[in-house]
Amino acid sequence: MPARAAITGVAETDIGRVEGSTVMSLHSQAARDAIADAGLEPEDIDGVLCGYSTVEPHMMLSSVFCEYFGLKPTFTTAISAGGATACIMLATAAALVEANKCRHVLMVMGDNRLTGLSRSGTVAALAGVGHPQFEQPYGMTIPAAYALVAQAYLHEYGIGRDELSALAVTGRKHAGLHPKAQMREPITLEDVADSRVIASPLNLLDCCLISDGGAAVVVSSSAAARDLPNVQVEVLGTGQGHTHEHIFGAPSLTSFGCADSSRIAFGEAGVKPADIDVTEIYDSFTITLLVELESIGFFEKGEAGQAALGGALEIGGRVPCNTHGGLLSFGHAGAAGGAFHIIEAVRQLRGQADARQVANAELAFVHGDGGILSAHCSTVLGRV
Amino acid sequence: MKPIPAANADTQAYWEAAAKERLLYQVCGGCSHTLSYPRGVCPRCHSGDLAWRESSGRGRIVTFSIVHRAPTPAFKADVPYVLALVDFDEGFRLMMNVLGDDALDTKIGDPVEVIFEARGEAQDKLPQARRTK
Repeated sequence: MPARAAITGVAETDIGRVEGSTVMSLHSQAARDAIADAGLEPEDIDGVLCGYSTVEPHMMLSSVFCEYFGLKPTFTTAISAGGATACIMLATAAALVEANKCRHVLMVMGDNRLTGLSRSGTVAALAGVGHPQFEQPYGMTIPAAYALVAQAYLHEYGIGRDELSALAVTGRKHAGLHPKAQMREPITLEDVADSRVIASPLNLLDCCLISDGGAAVVVSSSAAARDLPNVQVEVLGTGQGHTHEHIFGAPSLTSFGCADSSRIAFGEAGVKPADIDVTEIYDSFTITLLVELESIGFFEKGEAGQAALGGALEIGGRVPCNTHGGLLSFGHAGAAGGAFHIIEAVRQLRGQADARQVANAELAFVHGDGGILSAHCSTVLGRV
Repeated sequence: MKPIPAANADTQAYWEAAAKERLLYQVCGGCSHTLSYPRGVCPRCHSGDLAWRESSGRGRIVTFSIVHRAPTPAFKADVPYVLALVDFDEGFRLMMNVLGDDALDTKIGDPVEVIFEARGEAQDKLPQARRTK
């Protein structure tokens, strides 16, 4: 087996309403800080992976970034897989350094959706993910597409309102412990139930935030990471699962590609769900997190909500989850949203999570999903 | 304005039939697979031998959502409206709105039939669903 890739630097910008930000300024701040966190200079970066922008789309975003920030990498490309982008970037960066194609790969993402597009503009832009002939003419929104899954899943497994709400309440509790989180005021089960309906059965507090923000991660080869200052975090396993793009073309409404992606990632790492100390799992909606927690094997089908009501997802619980607050409460800025999960996992494994620290965290599981539970990428990270 | 589907070579027959209030679907000549939406290749056996058939227009609600937050201003006047996935008796699935006075009572498993909603100046027609007894 080749020497495993290491995550050597992480950084996020301010999150939420970041006045004066642009897509590229958010990329650049995150990149500069992640490179500094790794103990490197920009000249050390030989690979650059970018994501996508909803606010200022470009067919060559990685070239746009490298020009703006001032990098001349020997490998660069952009990856566009919705919420799975950050985890797919991590898997790609790990493969590049393990194959000795690069020494230090910078993965960088950012979008100023809140100030650059507004909430309504973002809702409209994201609805463009729907099939232009067979979904968009019917007024599908992203929340409505996930609501179709939620309705089917709740029906199949007899899950109630409070079990969904528990996931939002837990995320908000964790966000209250993170100084950068966009939403830090505690919420109750009643607050979620009473928040306005967006697309039944999903209410406002079942839905992720719309944020400005940027995120960057430096992935280094094992040899190149050896002399760097941070506690080493290795990429132990990655896996993907892809079953469909459009929700009306999904082979199932209750079983998704996360089952395959996580099985592959756990297998590569040689661990099982019960070995994991902390989980950072894509939570674009409460239903997203519920489905993934169960399909990935942390809970039996239909049981994650009850477990969450009993505190299982809290710091100190059986499956500490989204210790930064996740997309529901920390923030969601496009491709960067999924990177926030990776960054939090790294901080947990380094022992730098302050009030959010999970005791003795040695193994972390990070998962991203793009589209309507369409594209899945799972990763297992470990402290060396 | 609400989006009007722009047909391409894969879907032209589907939308031309819809304009005449007929619902078409494709079956693969290679493996008999019923396709969920029209395309140029069978997603199961990858054959290009696809035949058009006409649906009875009858099906059931697989899942639904009552949408309160519209994607664009064009849909704002319609909220709350019902977005649903419908499995037709022939075995293909489409996204549709459930229309009619009792649409907001929609439940999983409800039988529905296809109806056609005129949209745009060119009399384009969009297949939609209506609950039946």
